[in-house]
Amino acid sequence: MKKVGRIFGYIVLAIGAFLSLFPFYFMFVSGTNTNAQILSVPPKLTIGTELVKNFAILSGKIDLLQSTWNTLFISVVYTVLALLLFSAAGYALAKFEFKGKKIIYGFVMGSMMIPSLVMYVPLFEMMIKLNLTDSYWAVILPLLANAFGIFLMRQNMLAFPTALMEAGRIDGVGEIGIFFKIVLPNIKPALGALVIYMFTSMWNNFMWPLIILGSEDKYTLPIALAMLDGNPTNKNYAVILLATAVATLPILIIFLIFQKQFVAGVMGGAVKE
Amino acid sequence: MNKKSFINQKNIAYILIAPIVVIFLIFMVYPILRSLYLSFFELVSGSYEFVGLKNYAALFKDEIFYKSLFNTCIYLIVQVPVMIGGALLIAVAIEQKFIKGKAFFRTTIFLPSVTALVAYALVFKVLLNGDHGLINYVIELFGGKGINWFYEEWPARFAIIISITWRWLGYNMIILLAGIQSIPNELMEAADIDGATFWDKLFYITIPMVKQIILFCTITSTIGTLQLFDEPFILTEGGPNYATITMGQYLYNNGFRYLKFGYASAIGYVMTVIIALLSVFQFKATKEKE
Repeated sequence: MKKVGRIFGYIVLAIGAFLSLFPFYFMFVSGTNTNAQILSVPPKLTIGTELVKNFAILSGKIDLLQSTWNTLFISVVYTVLALLLFSAAGYALAKFEFKGKKIIYGFVMGSMMIPSLVMYVPLFEMMIKLNLTDSYWAVILPLLANAFGIFLMRQNMLAFPTALMEAGRIDGVGEIGIFFKIVLPNIKPALGALVIYMFTSMWNNFMWPLIILGSEDKYTLPIALAMLDGNPTNKNYAVILLATAVATLPILIIFLIFQKQFVAGVMGGAVKE
Repeated sequence: MNKKSFINQKNIAYILIAPIVVIFLIFMVYPILRSLYLSFFELVSGSYEFVGLKNYAALFKDEIFYKSLFNTCIYLIVQVPVMIGGALLIAVAIEQKFIKGKAFFRTTIFLPSVTALVAYALVFKVLLNGDHGLINYVIELFGGKGINWFYEEWPARFAIIISITWRWLGYNMIILLAGIQSIPNELMEAADIDGATFWDKLFYITIPMVKQIILFCTITSTIGTLQLFDEPFILTEGGPNYATITMGQYLYNNGFRYLKFGYASAIGYVMTVIIALLSVFQFKATKEKE
């Protein structure tokens, strides 16, 4: 009986791992094959020789470099701003008593349940009025109203020893100094989790950039991918999957390096209660 | 002892919280209120006209809206339990003492949840291709009949469900794993001494102990599913015959394709109410059992 259980456990996990990995394999391999090879039955599943050719076709269809730059710029600026704003807010909510704290925290938490879609029409209007449509800032600014990041920071600041803050005060460190020199350096793991979480969520974001960005030279990678697929003439899956692989690779590399922070970001909301 | 400074222990909290309060006021509070306001208006040749409850009245007669609601319910009823159940199964399996290579399984199964929704949806679009897709090839290999995934109503819905499950199962698995790891070892050891079977431990220890986390996963998945947009946009464009359209997509079409801002806002508000009701219901359902 025990043996059966063991085998069953391994079978479940092996199937899970295989199904999780296979689409990645398929995506990377397909970028090196021709469209015809991908669409043959069964499709070619080994590495081919068409990578350079596919790249050439892809560069003729979308400006991959520009899209990558756009995505990178937006994601980095967003992450830096989020890091500053959310850690400051989380610190205030966790370590200080002040008027309106309960209302602010209650509203931030409640806003997690409001679908962001509701806000897109007024935000779109607002960006038109501010003459900000089709700009990086139009993508970045509204998404800074993100409850999860603030929540994550607050949860991690709660356990921060108040004694350390007091020690800083006795040594004559100013309040701003305490925040930047004592608190932040001591919660690096949480900041790492926040950075990874914010960066990937922006890198992968689709709907809001799709609404607000109109011109091709501003497109982020997800929009460029969608446009590539949406164009019905000469649909070339090898090229589409190559572009998909290019858009996915940076995130995969970041994930494999910063796995711990990824997991902490995901779990931050559920545990640490 | 404090240096004389404009910033002191009394006002620092306000200074720290002020920027985020301003951002929330501009980009969250205002849009929420504005959206409610707009839902009572109609955009007629460039200017807003007050129409009262007309948008809501039209919405309750709108067949496509009902279809989007129905589709979303199907995704919810089928996908969320399958995904949470699968995530729990894998999390429990990983936590079994005898399993070697825990880190490998954890990482690979979590991997799908770092991909962009658009990116993975494109991969599944090729894999699920009706004429040339690998998934149909495998089905036929086992003697089944290939499925026309994107051109028939139910297969199209299941294509979406399969894709979302692939993307989000590992994400929920990681959260559940954290919950399972926080169960005190003594509990499991005591159960072992009492001769409890694997299933006894699963149903009488593990599941009750991580109930709150299962609830958390269920609520976040529900909210996510109700806002579903990227996958149907890429995979099926809502078709065939609106069989896979979601409320999010219908809102997008009305707001940003047909520029019916008032109508789109009304859809948004109905969505908000549904999400609020479901969240409260799920909270209550788990509370009552205690």
